[in-house]
Order: sequence, then C-alpha cells, then structure tokens
Amino acid sequence: MGLAFTLGLLYTLPNFFGEAPAVQVSPGKATVKLGSEMPDRIRQVLSQAGVQERGLFVEPNSIRVRLADTDQQLKAKDALQRSLNPEASDPAYVVALNLLSASPRWLSELRALPMYLGLDLRGGVHFLLQVDLKQAAIKRYDAFAGDVRSLLRDKNIRHAGISREAESIRVNFRDVETRSKSLALLRDSLADIDWVELGEAESLSLVGKLKPEAEKRAMENALKQNISTLNNRINELGVAEPIIAQQGTERVVVQLPGVQDTAKAKDILGRTATLEIRMVCDSPEEVSAISAGTVPFGCERYLERGGVPVMVRKQVILTGDNLTDAQAGFDSNTQEPAVHLSLDAKGARIFRDITRENVGRRMAILLVEKGKGEVVTAPVIRTEIGGGRVQISGRMTTEEANDVALLLRAGSLAAPMEIIEERTIGPSLGAENISKGFNSTIWGFLAVTAFMVIYYMLFGVISSIALATNLLLLVAVLSMLQATLTLPGIAAIALTLGMAIDANVLINERIREELRNGASPQAAISAGYDRAWDTILDSNITTLIAGVALLVFGSGPVRGFAVVHCLGILTSMFSAVFFSRGLVAAWYGSRRKLAKLSIG
Amino acid sequence: MEFFRLKRDIPFMRHALIFNLISFATFAIAVFFLATRGLHLSIEFTGGTVIEVSHAQAPELEKIRDAVGKLGYAEAQVQNFGSSRDVLIRLPLAKGENAGQQSEKAMAAVKSVDPQAQLRRVEFVGPQVGSELAADGAMALLFVVIGIMIYLAIRFEWKFAVAAIVANLHDVVIILGFFAAFQWEFSLAVLAAVLAVLGYSVNESVVIFDRIRENFRKMRKASPREVIDNAITSTASRTIITHLSTEMMVVSMLIFGGPALFYFALALTIGIVFGIYSSVFVAAAMAMWLGIKREDLVKPVKKKDDEFELVP
Repeated sequence: MGLAFTLGLLYTLPNFFGEAPAVQVSPGKATVKLGSEMPDRIRQVLSQAGVQERGLFVEPNSIRVRLADTDQQLKAKDALQRSLNPEASDPAYVVALNLLSASPRWLSELRALPMYLGLDLRGGVHFLLQVDLKQAAIKRYDAFAGDVRSLLRDKNIRHAGISREAESIRVNFRDVETRSKSLALLRDSLADIDWVELGEAESLSLVGKLKPEAEKRAMENALKQNISTLNNRINELGVAEPIIAQQGTERVVVQLPGVQDTAKAKDILGRTATLEIRMVCDSPEEVSAISAGTVPFGCERYLERGGVPVMVRKQVILTGDNLTDAQAGFDSNTQEPAVHLSLDAKGARIFRDITRENVGRRMAILLVEKGKGEVVTAPVIRTEIGGGRVQISGRMTTEEANDVALLLRAGSLAAPMEIIEERTIGPSLGAENISKGFNSTIWGFLAVTAFMVIYYMLFGVISSIALATNLLLLVAVLSMLQATLTLPGIAAIALTLGMAIDANVLINERIREELRNGASPQAAISAGYDRAWDTILDSNITTLIAGVALLVFGSGPVRGFAVVHCLGILTSMFSAVFFSRGLVAAWYGSRRKLAKLSIG
Repeated sequence: MEFFRLKRDIPFMRHALIFNLISFATFAIAVFFLATRGLHLSIEFTGGTVIEVSHAQAPELEKIRDAVGKLGYAEAQVQNFGSSRDVLIRLPLAKGENAGQQSEKAMAAVKSVDPQAQLRRVEFVGPQVGSELAADGAMALLFVVIGIMIYLAIRFEWKFAVAAIVANLHDVVIILGFFAAFQWEFSLAVLAAVLAVLGYSVNESVVIFDRIRENFRKMRKASPREVIDNAITSTASRTIITHLSTEMMVVSMLIFGGPALFYFALALTIGIVFGIYSSVFVAAAMAMWLGIKREDLVKPVKKKDDEFELVP
C-alpha cells in the first residue's frame, strides 16, 4: 500500500512542475545532419551570448536546451539563429521555441515524465491522410512495363506490344517459341512477378502480376516512403514535436502541435514534386560566359552539395513525379557504390530522348526545398539510357550513395495522399479546455468529498482519501505509460472518480447494514469489505466491458476517453478496496474493544 | 447522517406492471422522436467541416450568415457556441473541394464581416471516415451488449442477462430519444457517454441481482417477489447515494466543462437518472416476469444444513 502510494506520488510529481521554456535545434533541410560536435557548439554559442542553460538533451534528430525563463529563451533563440544560420534566407537548421518538462533531473532519470498533452489541450493541427496505394501499385506496374520492354529489346526478342492493364502487365506474342523464351528470361530477371501464359494460336500473351508478398512489401515501402517524405517536409515548418505515424495499413496521422497556419501546413504536406532534373549549362558559349563572370541566358546559379556553384538550365526535364524509386547499391561492373533510379514509363521515354541527344554532357538533379534549389548530384551522361533504369555512380562513398538515394526518394511521394480528417485547435482554446476540464474535475471532486464526509463521517473521510489516491494513481499510471491526455481524457478522469465512489458507498452501506443487524464493529468492517468485494468486482467488470469496447472500436477522441476510463476502473478497484481497508485497519485495527464506528 | 432508514421492504414489485407501462410509454415516445425527427448527427458521422471563430465583440450572426450563405453551400449553419462571441459554422461536404479550400473560404467570409475574427478550431471529416465511425459506433454498441450478456449469463443466469440488457438498452433508447426530440448534436463524445452509461447502469442491475441471489440463499421461505422487494429496498440507499455522487461529478462537468463537454455531460446526466429508474423498476421486474426461481441462482448442490437462518 505504502509502495503503491509512493510510486503514485513519484510519477504524478512531474505533472506539477509544469513546463520550462526551451529551444530546440533540428536540421532545417534534408541535406543537413546534426553532427556530434553540435552540443558543444550550442553550449559555446549560449555562453558567448550570456545565456545560462539548464540542461541540454540530445535526441536522434534534435537537440533541446532547457532555459530559465522566456527572456533567456528568446535570447538563446536569437543567438543560435545567428550563429547556426549565417545566411538568414537559407537556414540550415530550424531553431524553434519549445517547452520541456521542468521537473528535476532525478525524476526524469527515473523515467518519471509528465503526461503528454493532446492537441485539443495545447493547440495545433491534426491531419489524417489517406494514402492511395492503388496509385502506388499502378506506378510500379508502369515501371515494370518499362523494365520488360528494355529486357526484351536487349535480348532481341520480338513481341507484339507491352501494356499495363489495371494492375497487371500484358505482353503479347505471335508465336509460342518467342513466348517461352521470354518467359524464361522474365522469370530470371524479374523475380517479383508471377507470369501466366494466356491465349492461343496467333494471339498469345503473358500476363504478369506482382507476387503477394512482393506486393505487400511494395505497399509497405510506399507508405514508409510517404512518411519519410512527410517527415522531411514537416521539418521545413520548424515544428517542435511533430507526430507522423502510420495508422492502419493505408493511413498516416500527422499532428503538429502549436501550428496555426493550416494553409501553409497543408500546402507543404500536399506538395508533390520537389525533385527536378535539368541540364547543366555547359555548351561552349555558356562556359565562356560563365568564365567571364556572367550568368548565361536561360541559366540559373545553384550550389552543389559541398558548395561548388553549378549553372543549370531553367528548363525542367523531369520532376519527382516521374521518379518511382531510388536505392543505394553497387555498380555491377566496378563494384563502386552507386544510386539506382527507376523512372515511370513517361519519365523513361523522356530520359531516353534526352540522354541520346546529350551524351558527354552533364545533367543536374535538384532538390527544391522552400523554393530554393540545391543540386544533389550532377553526373555526366555516358550513353543513351532507355528503359527507365538509371544508375548514378562514380567516386561516391557508400554513405554518400545512401544520402543521395534518401534525398531523391524524399522528393517524391510514392503514392498520392488525401486529407480525410482535419482538426485545428487554437492555443487559447487549448488552454481554456485545460482549465475547464480541470475545474470540473476539482469542483466535482470537492462536492463528492464534502457529501461523503457529511454522510459517512470518518468513513467518508477514508473514502475521500481513497478517492484522492485513486486520482493520484490514475495520473501516475497515465504518466508512466506516457499516454496522451486529451479533453475527453480529462472528462473520463472526472467520470471515473464519480463512478469510483460507488465502491466505497457499497462498502460503507454494507458496514452500516451489518452494524444494524447487530454485528460487532470489527466484524462489521470485515464483513462489509468481504461481501462488498464480489459486487464491486461484478459491477466494475461490466463497466470495463463497455470501456474495452470503446477502446477497440473507438478512434481519436473516443479512444482517449476509453484509455483513461479503463485505467481508472482498474485503479479505482485497487484504491477503493485495498487502500481504504488499509486505512480503516490502521485507524481501528489496533483497538481491541471497539464500541462504535464513526460511520454516521 | 442517513437518508434511508427503511424498516420494512417497499413492495416495489406489486406495482411492477405500472412501472413497466410507464417505461413502455417513455420508450415509445423516445422511439417516436427517433423515427420522426431522427438524430442530429455531428459532422464526425456525416462528414463536413466545422469552423469555430472567436470575435472580440458579439458579432451579428445575420451578417455572418449572409456572408457564408453567399459561398453557395446547401446547408451551411451559423450559430453561437458557448458564448455570444464565439460562432460555429457548419458546412456540408462539397464535391471537388478539400478541407483546406472550404475552411479558407469560410474564414474569408467571416473576415469580411469582422476582420478581427480569430480562428479557434477547424474540424474536417471526409465522407469515408464518417461512415466508418458510424459503423464502428454500432459495432461498439453490439460488442458491449453481447459482452455484458455473456458475463451476466455466466455470473448469474440468462434471465438476469436478458433483463439487464433490456433495461439498459431502454436507457440508451431514451437518451437517444432526448437527443432526437431536442435536436441536440449527437457526436462521438456523446456516443462514448452512452456506452459508458450502458456499462455503468448495468452496474446498478448487477448490485441488485447480487442481492437477490444472496437473499434467495438467506430467505428460504420467501417468494421471489418478496426476495426482489427486499433486495431493492436494501440496496436503495446505496443506489441513490452512488448516483448522487456520480451525478455531482457529471453536473460539475456540465457547468464548468464548457461547450466542448456539454453534450457529453448531458448524455451522462440523463443516462444516470434513467439508469436508477431502469435498474430498479425495469430490470428487476423483467427478471420477475421471466420467472426467476431460487433454483436458478442457488446451485442445486445441496448445502450442508449446518447453519440455521432466521427469516425476518
């Protein structure tokens, strides 16, 4: 009992400390990473600015610094902004204001953290996005059709047309011989596709469909790619703690606490092409113009990764829309690290034409972020490339290849997404919701307590203490689980407290009844608790069934309610029975001869 | 202090028929309202957009209505929400427009009336989510009903399970009837409240059934009717006190919780009030009509007759 109480107190504590102002530094662009030297750099900048940091927390993708007050916070933000982003128009890092739990370090080390407040309490935007996986599948089949075409052409196999039909590829043939030859070839080179032979005589065909496991993998990859793309894009917004999570098999939840500008958020989430393929300005006239220090007509100056300037034509050849995949790998001849790109059918055709006409020249792949382009890579075209499979190689490390592949993938969504649910809550409404939810709980609690004390006297006091313990335990459990507290969650806390008193009423009434029937005080207490237990169990289980149903079938706000409700029922059984009995035993247990119970 | 010092059993069951008639009448009225007026479903179920805007001074709703009406939505609603300074605008789903466009258009309309208006909240639910939520809600209700029936059938007897569920579904229908009659908004939160009430008032029936079972053991000579009367009388005090405390919490939510919790708390309030009534008068009476007997509850395993009991 004591243990439970102490644990409850310990894990409830962080919620009382509130939050302290903090500054968060995270990468502003997909091309920037937080190095291991960053914490020291931040400390140095802060001490130069005369700001006292109260703890620095390094997380996978961000560093947070806790500060004493909001003045210091603003000062720190300005200082960090100036030194980390020398070029204000093109920030490499996002320096955002944030809040951190103000609880002492020893509590954080015990993993005692405050509850996480839901968007309806802190304000922000919530989106539910539906990923159109069918489109992703169609894109993949388009890519496969391109593969088949180039494979057959490489081996000089004559076919009578390749087409993508709904979600399959059909290859037509005129004779059985060619078909069986192609079948062997296709089975060897495209392991993910199952082929079926159809038709007879003159109109023969092969119909290919993705193997179920390959299809599942493709869907999962598409969703993952979309999520990572969203991650990159949301980084641009400079949101302190975005949540981007998969929900079900084809939905993504995006929560942006503190964001008010939904139009911009939606614009960024919905953007499709941030990747552009253009030609480098390297014709003799252009080169001479560049060496003379002018920008040739129709060209733009961009920086390559690493800071080397490159002149790139304004005309966009392809966008990220046409890129279906980018993977790091190795060159099959030289075994050097390389990046493999797959283009869709349209992209493949354009790419073939461009490469045929521009052998020996350079092509630039740009990633456009915040309206600013950056050249990811600018390889030389060695030969005409058909079929939509492109390889970028040459003097790359494996890590570089991975980075480039990630960047290229980040530019495109694997499948289109649609916003199917949106909630925006202003910060003032959030604060109001907290105070209203809190007030209703407190007033209700006081009313119940007052009533119990008047009606049951000492036993009422004990019941009230048990009820308070229930509240304490519930908050502690929620904090321990790091559950998200929402307004329906607060309502559930209040409701659970209202219902929890039921157990105590049952016990107290039973004790009174036993006394009335002439039992001795001690016997009445023990009979009261024992007999009431069965009833409490039964009645709580039925309530729990309803709670579980809400948990299983509910979504969003209802789930927030259900989690707290279910946990509340469990803690209330514990506190009403064990805790109040313990208190009663402590009060009356030591006295052998008990004449009267203070139960009203 | 004690409110209920009842010396004799109140003969509830003598009037069971009257109570059942009352229940039936309220039930019929609720069904009537549900059938004729239907529930005023929130956009969570129907799909659509809700925009909450806060103004520095109480705005003229008519002007906002005009401005929003010009957007050309068939059923745009503009009303006050919580206070006279907060305005809620409800827009139906529109083909070919996404949430962003809709809310921006509406906001522009509001700003044309009052440039100082502040956006407090936007909620958009697409059509597929709406129908899913409605289906999930129905599933949850089914799950609760079946789950509770199975549990009660195991713990007590099928007759009790049937009686408890009928009594409590009767509550649910009456809550829904209220929402239909007054055209209060039926949202997901209200659905959660309804299910919570369902679980909670089954509680009530369980407590009485528990007592009935205990009484069947103790009161060997009494008829089922007397047993039930005694069970209800002896648990009445607890029923009232418990509901009173829960009601205190809920009413405090109703008063202090603000508009966001209002209908949630309202559904709970109605549910709890009718919960008392239905478990006392409906569930027990149902169980009686279904003909519960001592043998149903007291397992036929012969108890050793080493304890003598006194019957009052």
